[in-house]
Parts: sequence; structure tokens; C-alpha cells
Amino acid sequence: MKAKHQRLILALIALVALVGAGVLAAWALRSQASFFYLPADYAANPPEAGRAVRLGGMVEKGSIKTAADGVTITFVIHDDKARVPVTFKGIVPDLFVEGSGAVAEGRRQPDGSFLADNVLAKHDENYVPREMKDMTTEQARQAIEETK
Amino acid sequence: MIAEFGLAALWLAAALAALQLIAGALALTPRGAALAGLVRPVAVVQGVLVALSFAALITLFAQTDLSVELVAKNSHSMKPLIYKISGTWGNHEGSMLLWVMVMGLSGSFVAAVERRLPEPTMLATLAGQAFVSLGFYAFLLLSSNPFTRLSSPAIEGAGLNPLLQDPGLAFHPPPLYIGYVGLSVAFSFAIGALVTREVGPAFARAMRPWVLGAWIFLTLGITAGSYWAYYELGWGGWWFWDPVENASLMPWLAATALLHSVSVLAARNALRAWTVMLGVVAFSMSMVGTFLVRSGILTSVHAFAVDPERGSFILGLLALNIGGALVLFGLRASSVTEGERFTATSRESALVFNNVMLSAILGIVLVGTLYPLLAEALGAKVSVGPPYFNPVSAIFAVPMLLVLMVGPLLRWRRDSLRRIRLQIAIPAVLLVGTLIWAASQAVGLLPALGLALSAALAVASVMPLRGRKLRQVKLPVWGMVTAHFGIAVALLGMASDAAFTTERLVAVRAGQVVDVGPWQVTLQRIEPVAGPNWTALRGDLAVSYKGGSVTELHPAARTFWAPPNETNEAALKTRWNGQLYAVLGQATGDGRWQLRLWWKPFVPMIWYGGILIALGGLMALLGRLASDLKRLVARDKIAYRRMRQGR
Repeated sequence: MKAKHQRLILALIALVALVGAGVLAAWALRSQASFFYLPADYAANPPEAGRAVRLGGMVEKGSIKTAADGVTITFVIHDDKARVPVTFKGIVPDLFVEGSGAVAEGRRQPDGSFLADNVLAKHDENYVPREMKDMTTEQARQAIEETK
Repeated sequence: MIAEFGLAALWLAAALAALQLIAGALALTPRGAALAGLVRPVAVVQGVLVALSFAALITLFAQTDLSVELVAKNSHSMKPLIYKISGTWGNHEGSMLLWVMVMGLSGSFVAAVERRLPEPTMLATLAGQAFVSLGFYAFLLLSSNPFTRLSSPAIEGAGLNPLLQDPGLAFHPPPLYIGYVGLSVAFSFAIGALVTREVGPAFARAMRPWVLGAWIFLTLGITAGSYWAYYELGWGGWWFWDPVENASLMPWLAATALLHSVSVLAARNALRAWTVMLGVVAFSMSMVGTFLVRSGILTSVHAFAVDPERGSFILGLLALNIGGALVLFGLRASSVTEGERFTATSRESALVFNNVMLSAILGIVLVGTLYPLLAEALGAKVSVGPPYFNPVSAIFAVPMLLVLMVGPLLRWRRDSLRRIRLQIAIPAVLLVGTLIWAASQAVGLLPALGLALSAALAVASVMPLRGRKLRQVKLPVWGMVTAHFGIAVALLGMASDAAFTTERLVAVRAGQVVDVGPWQVTLQRIEPVAGPNWTALRGDLAVSYKGGSVTELHPAARTFWAPPNETNEAALKTRWNGQLYAVLGQATGDGRWQLRLWWKPFVPMIWYGGILIALGGLMALLGRLASDLKRLVARDKIAYRRMRQGR
């Protein structure tokens, strides 16, 4: 085998591996990426139950309730079009408060409610979850004001 | 005065970088040869000036000079001194100045000590380095001047983000930057070698210490950053696939590939074009990372600048540098490809395989990091997280780790697997055995694979020492063994964390006992405490392992007032076989407090592994430097003898 052929074969192997990686990545992104939902989208076009998604909106005033075990909380995330009840077991971020913006990562339950594995609020005064920056509703604008 | 001095030094350094570029480029032409002597001294002085400029900025922060805008915006007179100092780079302008300074200093270092490269390649390298620096100087001076004065001094500073007020976070950017920018030297070497077409073993040997050095710092920076995220953010995870984490992982992956291909080039004069290409890609990944983090197109704890103008400036630099390098590569690649051949079963082949797999993982991380930005531009909101990154990168990581067990045992050029069948058989048996055991423990697929690979690799990594006199084994070989063993150690930590972590989430009153794994945890009381610029509610926990002696843990929730913010301080108890991790939550209103407890067997192995990997790199670097020094001394002796003999 000539040196030239060997180089060609190496380049082909590398190319196949990289293209393979790209195709695999594209396929995985289509099926695995967790998509972001506003409450209005969630109500109009609900994600299939059990698929990992993110739900972002405002925490409804007066909706945060703690269960008897002290660690399960329920609250409602809403925008001006829809409300979604959320259940979360864990420690919420310090800046998670009623009337402010939040993003819940989790899954839709068969009854339409949302079970969150994780709740994101303002990380600090400069950090807004990325998806919340473009929310168009009045409350969201308010949230962006708050987080400036 | 100090601010003006800093700014003047920065302008002068920028001017010298321009001179370095012009003189270096002209000196390559026959008519400009007289300028050749100018390039090295200019590079040295440029580095010194930019270092002085950075020292001026540190001084301003240490003194809390509130007439400087940057200090007023990012510091506060009440802050502890070490966070005043670390505040220097805890913001956009300061971190860019740190970047330029590391770049200038590494340029001066190359200019002062590097004697192995042919002189024209050296001139082209220094000119290339100056070209890249100039872009960043322009960026600093034109759009992010750190020394701007306020028209009237501020009364008090706005403070530093409390999340940054932690020794781990305050000091992990400098090593990362040294790593990022160290790769700029590899990039400039690649450019220099392409310009003069001098790609060969001598070039590889000159480039290797720089790649090794940058890679060691990157490894340490990533390890430290991961441990910081683990204990400071209080969520118990050690890797989030956050775009900012990916921004440091991508150059590391490229540098790891480069490190291995440069060894092939140095030892066997093969993979020439590929090595040069990786040199370009590795630093490009540093710049892509900087762009992602500093442009404001993504929001993260680390991304300070939300300013489209700066984003487009860095994007422009990125396009200019990477685009220019790729065009040069395209023009010259065909003339540097001649190299030695090798067979399918050889050390070279294993290293090529490692390179291709690392590149594939790099591609996957890059796609996963950029895809949400791309989707957003098209109007869709997407978040890409562990469900994508973990399995997809594992598809390439697993075969890479399998080949890693065999590769170091193979000879260069031509070998057979039959020769090393015994050395392969032992890890293979361990691999299968651990997989069967893990299946019986109902461990998930990825953690089971991780445990099995870890066990097999731990043994396979020391196999190259088998049958050798340990005293005679060279330092770089020890380095390789140590780094590969470190991978096994880190894998054990990762897999064990995923497979065996026990979690308890409870609300308890003072005096109540909670079991988590083998630990008993008692909440004794909650008490208020105060620090220099914060107050906190602190939990006193009494913890004991399997009913043994009792020690105290103090998770706390801190409240800062400048700027107003709260952070959660997790508490950790480390044993040889794992870590107990405690987070204090909120009061539930009926006298109970939320507590989140994790028992994470062997989790510290992740970071011990990272340190071992970096240590392996250091051993290799020292070994290479020592043999280079020997060669230099020998060459000088010969030259001296010739001179004495009057030749």
C-alpha cells in the first residue's frame, strides 16, 4: 500500500466517523432535546406524557402550598392565557417566590399536571433562565424588569 | 494615576504587537531580513507591558478605587481582600485583560526560550501570535476598556456576585485561561510551520511542551470548576453540560487529541497535516468558548457581558482568525502531508483511533452546545441536556476507552495482538466480570459500563510497566501510565455516583434523626451567624457513620447585602469511601426545616482522577523538558569543542 492510499483511507475513516457523529447528534437532538413550553403552548398543544420538557412562566400569587411532609410543594405556573398545576419535591431556590418568573424541568402527567424534577428561578440578580428572556406576556415582561 | 498608567501600558503593548506582526512578516522576505533581530525582543517587552497593565488593574481593585468605572461596578469596600483581588477577573473587561496578559506573557516566553525551531518558522510563529493578540488588544481598547474613569467617583461599589465569593470559583479562571491561551501558542506554531512548510518531528518536539502545559492547566481548571459547581451550587451534581462548562471541555478534547497526535509526529513523523489541523482547531475551540461565554448570547453564571456589540466583535475575531488559519491550511496542507506509513495493528493506529473518537465527541458537544442557539435564531426554544449528551458521547467514549487499554502496549509501525494477548486477557476478564456483577446489582447501563471500564482500565493502564525495570522507566512513560490510571479513577467516581447515590429529602425538627445510607444525621439546632459581608442561618448537624463517632456538619443559607442575594452553603463530610452531602433548605413554618442529604460513595474519585490526569501530564512535561535540556547542553558542548578547534 502506498503512503498516498494510506492517507486516503485514514481521511475516509475520519470522515465517516465524524459524519456518523453528526448524524447521530442530529437524530438524538430531534428525539431527546427537552423543549421549552409556555403555559399557553402547554394547554393548546400538550407534550406527550413522560417526555422531559421545560415549562416556564410566572408563579401564580397565593398558589404555593407545602404538603404535610414539608418537602413536597405544589404551585401554579401561568401566563395570561393558561395555568398549569406543578408538583415538586425538593428544595426550591431562594429566589423562587410568588408572582415571579420560574422554569420547571420535568414531565407532563397523564392528568395534565406537571411533575417537576427541578425548579429554576433567578440565579441571582443578573441571571434569568434563558428561555424567560423572550416571554411576551405582561407578567413575563414584569419578570424581566424584576430580574434586571 | 494608576489607571492612566495601566491604560498607557496597554496601548504601548498593542503598538508593540503591531510592530511584532509587521517586523515578523517582513523579516520572512529577503529584503526585510534585517528586521529579524527585532522580533524576539519586541515580543518580550510586549508581554512585560501587558503584565504591568494587569498589575495596575489588580492594584485598583485592591485599593477599591471607586473613580474607576469597572471597580465601582464590580467591587465593594467591605469585601475581603482576596475577593477584591479575584474581582479583577470576575467581570468581562478584567477577564479579557487577563486573557491578553496570558497571551502576551506566553509570547514573551516563547520568544525568550524557544531555540529548537528553525529561525524563519520562529519569526512566522511570533508574527502569528502578534496577529491574534492584536485582535484582542483592539477589542479591549476599543470596546471594553477596563480603565475608564467615572466623571465623579462612586460613593460605594456595587459589589461582586456572591456566587463568585468562594475560593474555588475566585481562583479557577486563571488556570483555565492559562490553558486556553497556552493553546494560542500551539496555534501560532501551527501557523508558523504552515507558512514555512516546516512540519516535522522537530516542529512537534518544539510544540509538545506547550500543548502539554496548556492541557495540564485546562485539566486542573475543569477539575476545579467541576468541584466548585458540586459544592457551591448545592445541587449535588458535578457536571451539568452547561454551555460554559462545554466551552472549557471542547478545547480540552481537542488538546487531548493534539497531545496524542503530536507524539506520533515527534516519534514517527506521521500525521503531519492532522496535527497542524488540530493545533488550529484546539485554539479555535478556546475562542469559540470565549465567544459563547462573553458574547451574551447565552445566560449563565459565568456569562457577564450581555452586549451585542461585544458579541459581534468577538465573532468577527473568530471568523478572521479561524477562517484565516483554515484558508492557510487549505493552501498548504497538500505540501506537508508526506509522512511515514504504519499498519492497522500499531501504536499509530490506536492513536489515530483515539484522535478520531475524541474529535467525534468534540463534534457532538459542539453541536449540542450550538444547536439551542441555532434553533433560537429560527424561532424555536430548545434546551439540550444530559439526555442528549450522556448517551451520544458514550457511543464514542466507550470504544475509545477500550482501545486505550490496548494502544499503549502496541509497538510503533507494526505489531500483532497475539504478542500482547495475556496483557489484554486480564483486563478483558475484569471488564466482563464487573459487567455481570453490575447487572446483578440492577445498575443502569451507563453506570455499569463505567464501572466495568474503570476496573479494566485501572489494570490495563499499568500493564506497560509489566516486565520492565521500574527505575529505568522514563518519566514520560510514568506520566502516560499515571494519566491513564487517573481516567480509571475518575470513571469510578462518576459511575459510582450515578449507580450508588442514596438521597433523603425530609423536613425535620431539632433533635430528629434521619438515616441516609450508612449515616445517621441529627439536626441539633438552627442558629444565626455573621460573616464579613453576609449573615447566615446555619444548621448544626451531628453525623455518624454506622453508629461510630459523631462529628458536626454546618450547612447554611447565606444572605449577602451588596449586591442583595442568597447562597446556599452545602456541608460535606468526606471519608475514604465517599462523601456525605448536606443542604439546608427552608423553614416549613411549623418549626421544621428542610434537609437534603446525599450519601455518594466514591464520588471524590472524580476529582482525584482529574488531579492524577494532570499529574501525569506534568510528569510527561518534566520528562520532555529534561531530555530537551540534555540535548541542548550536548549541542552546546559540540559547538564549544568545534570553536576551540578553530573551525
